[in-house]
Amino acid sequence: MSTAAHENTLGVDHRKLAMWVFLGSEFLFFGAFISTFLLYFRETNGGPGVELFDIAFTSISSFILLMSSLTMVLAHNAHAQRDMRRLRIWLLATAFLGMVFIGGQVFEFTTFYNEGLALTSSPMSSSFYVLTGLHGAHVTIGIVLLLSTYALTKTGKIRPDQDVKTEMIGLYWHFVDIIWVLIFTVVYLIPYDVVVFGL
Amino acid sequence: MSTTTDEAKSGQHAGHHPTPRDYVQVFFVLFVLTAMEVGASFIDVGPLFLPLLLVLMTIKFVLVAGWFMHLKYDIATYTQFMVGGLVLAMVLYGVVLLVFSDAVRV
Repeated sequence: MSTAAHENTLGVDHRKLAMWVFLGSEFLFFGAFISTFLLYFRETNGGPGVELFDIAFTSISSFILLMSSLTMVLAHNAHAQRDMRRLRIWLLATAFLGMVFIGGQVFEFTTFYNEGLALTSSPMSSSFYVLTGLHGAHVTIGIVLLLSTYALTKTGKIRPDQDVKTEMIGLYWHFVDIIWVLIFTVVYLIPYDVVVFGL
Repeated sequence: MSTTTDEAKSGQHAGHHPTPRDYVQVFFVLFVLTAMEVGASFIDVGPLFLPLLLVLMTIKFVLVAGWFMHLKYDIATYTQFMVGGLVLAMVLYGVVLLVFSDAVRV
């Protein structure tokens, strides 16, 4: 079905509009958890806190997620050019980078847990795990969407003229990346410097 | 990048469209900005630390939203929905942080 058939009275594609409304609401969702972490990052109940953060490791994770945004936009570009082979390659590359990011998060959580930072250790640990865990859940949903899109293009259920579908998944994926841009600075870098260097 | 038939029908993407080369350039800028953020965390930049990090973060945010999410090239309605949600969240949680920061001694 063409994009024109999905236009509403605003003259915009209602599927894309719905995605943007959803993404706009997601700022409120993540804002709640980021604010909670900012309120509680010093509240460690005498246990470990943000000094456990491995900034070098998290930086690499950030680069990987940024790179996945590049591969995602290249996937959409390929679909817009009706190049389904290149689309599938970039979709798989994006899903792979997303999986590497999630693997890094699992490693980070495991390391923190072994250092004594459990989910219920302190307000800091709870707010940290819930925030970053929910972000990880969003990345995981994105990976499922990417792999589903790959399968649907393979079976011909997503056609070369339906690039708006790839664009919508791309919007979701880039949004997850944008949220990580915020988390990396506001949750990792700033509190780490405040606590470790006393800024 | 070519403008698709569907897009042309709905007028979603008017005018210039970025090429894969543009996307790669944006990625490298994002890469450098992230490296600068990490560098600023380990080099003593004094009172500039917080504003510098927030400015770098904002530039990265705008680059991803503008180029990768195509807001720079799409119609303004989509931008309004995104900015609307963002501003609402910033005002709401700004008030929350102001009200409760004393209570938890931040």
